[in-house]
Amino acid sequence: MTDTTATSCGKLRRNYGVLFGFVLGALALLVLAPAVLSDFRLSLLGRFVCYGIVAVGIGLAWGRGGMLTLGQGVFFGLGGYVMAFHLKLADAGPSGVPDFMLLYGSGHLPIWWEPFRSPVVTLLGIVLIPSLVAFGLGIAIFRRRVRGAYFAILSQALAAAFAILLIGQQVTLGGFNGLNGFRSFFGFNLYDPVNKRMLFYIAAIALLAMLAVVWQLYRSRYGELLIAVRDQEERVRFLGYDPANIKLVAYVLAAAMAGIAGALFVPIVGIISPANVGVVPSIAFVIGVAIGGRATLFGPVLGAIAVAWAQTALSENFPSFWSYFQGALFVLVIAFLPAGLSSVTLLQRSLPRRWGFGTRGGSLSPPPSDAGSLLSPEPDLSGVSAGTETGQ
Amino acid sequence: MQALFSQLVAGLSLGSILLLAALGLALTFGQMGVINMAHGEFIMAGAYTAFVVQGVIADAGISLLLAIPLGFLVGGLMGVILEATLIRRMYYRPLDTLLVTWGVSLILQQVARDIFGAPNVDVRAPGWLSGSIDLGITQVPAARLFILVLAAAAVIGLSLVLKMTPLGRRIRGVVQNRDLAETVGISTRSTDRLTFFIGSGLAGIAGVALTLLGSTGPTLGTSYIVDAFLVVVAGGIGQIKGAVIAAFGLGLLQATFEYSTTASIAKVMVFVVIVVFLQIRPQGIFSVRTRSLA
Repeated sequence: MTDTTATSCGKLRRNYGVLFGFVLGALALLVLAPAVLSDFRLSLLGRFVCYGIVAVGIGLAWGRGGMLTLGQGVFFGLGGYVMAFHLKLADAGPSGVPDFMLLYGSGHLPIWWEPFRSPVVTLLGIVLIPSLVAFGLGIAIFRRRVRGAYFAILSQALAAAFAILLIGQQVTLGGFNGLNGFRSFFGFNLYDPVNKRMLFYIAAIALLAMLAVVWQLYRSRYGELLIAVRDQEERVRFLGYDPANIKLVAYVLAAAMAGIAGALFVPIVGIISPANVGVVPSIAFVIGVAIGGRATLFGPVLGAIAVAWAQTALSENFPSFWSYFQGALFVLVIAFLPAGLSSVTLLQRSLPRRWGFGTRGGSLSPPPSDAGSLLSPEPDLSGVSAGTETGQ
Repeated sequence: MQALFSQLVAGLSLGSILLLAALGLALTFGQMGVINMAHGEFIMAGAYTAFVVQGVIADAGISLLLAIPLGFLVGGLMGVILEATLIRRMYYRPLDTLLVTWGVSLILQQVARDIFGAPNVDVRAPGWLSGSIDLGITQVPAARLFILVLAAAAVIGLSLVLKMTPLGRRIRGVVQNRDLAETVGISTRSTDRLTFFIGSGLAGIAGVALTLLGSTGPTLGTSYIVDAFLVVVAGGIGQIKGAVIAAFGLGLLQATFEYSTTASIAKVMVFVVIVVFLQIRPQGIFSVRTRSLA
């Protein structure tokens, strides 16, 4: 739809390509993985799927919207902690107090824990609390046209502040250890392998649902506007749109997705702690998206899952090598393949367009330097030129 | 009164540390618009330089004074290498620079871990910095006073370079209008490289100073980089005085909030104050006037 030259027939074919990708993904996650993987591996994959859900949101906010959010861990953590509150309270029984509070504190439940006894409030909170925080921060930042690098730094500072806040709350939030030791999930025993498999299915379906939502967004008028804001925010403003609102929607959606991912992460992994939400995990979310191809539909998810898998496989055996590998991967992919691995030239020609890896999100290569210096009178802090659309 | 005064001293001390960490960043970010996440690792490199120097020269006082220029050199050289190999290629992609340099910082942390080991190392403070100095109303640890003086010296030195030297004139020219500077014959390439050398060198000095306050580990830089960036954002780019005011402002705020609440809540409150402040001045305290729409 971006290329005006595309015939309706071509569009149709591309839609089939994306649908094919969905079918393939659904088969792999819902049929193949449960059939061949052991329970342990499956729950590991479930964790990666949660990272994949965060990646879908980052792909939307960063790949399509140009907002490099280095604080998705905050929203992941908000969703995760809300879920953990409920699981802890459910384990403690009606009017009970979570075990760690008896251990460290006075044994009194803080008043703001109470609402999360209710499953309905919990489920609403998982989506609404991250969304509201993102809305508040986003409205403050985007309205004042703080963007580009400034936005990235602020989002990172938010992650740092959030992790420090959590660590400081030993009595009410478990401090550095976080919340763990959950026994049941909405009445289902978490030690039962059948229920663990069920959790994997829930996560996988959630991931496919998020992808479907984002796919429809990308195809809509809003998706076009979002890309326009990313590439030339001022032009969009001059055309009479308010870029702040357009960005806000993507940012809030990304936050909600991260919240849902965090909530699923908690029962699957069995712990949520400041180590899952701070600066380092927040950037780690971004790595996978960058490597998979930030502006594509499936790229962020595949990248996130691949990086998480590589980390588990390599860091257990060669911890030192993994750090070098991760750093080098980051440097090489972003410096030389800015649109991610899915932009490798050969693939770009043939497969991706048909498989929904298409470059509809715009190629992310930098403008040629001569044109760039004419276009940007300043060392461009706004980051808008980062995704200047080069001929499609 | 005494409590107030000791808070003031704590805030100023914190501010001077922030300032040392952020000064180089303000310079490179202001000139090139690149966000160098590896700046924290240059701080770490400076701290390890002090450790190595002390291994060679046993006298703590001489090794500290020697480590300051050496730390500047080590940090600066690392910065130049980074600029020449990676950052140079990415001037028009500031956000990508952030991610690339974060990858570099991961690698540098692992290098430090492989060379010096994961446990922290300690640098002995010289005798004349181990006591406290009586200021009448309150006591100030001598090491913190030394850092305050060092930060002041760094600011004065940098301002003199920017105001008085031909290099400083070129830097200011490039910050204000890169294309025009290039048109009148300034080599922006070599100016950028020298700026990066100075900015990264300042990180090295910050690292040497930090060894006086605590032990040195591979993740030393990560604990300061976020705060340093906040100083740059709040201070506005392109002018040193913005960074100075922002660093001391944030230091004092943090100390004040810490006094009335806890350290962790104080951090969050400082963050909120910065976001609110950016509502009033989105470009920070000072910014170079340009005709861009941003």
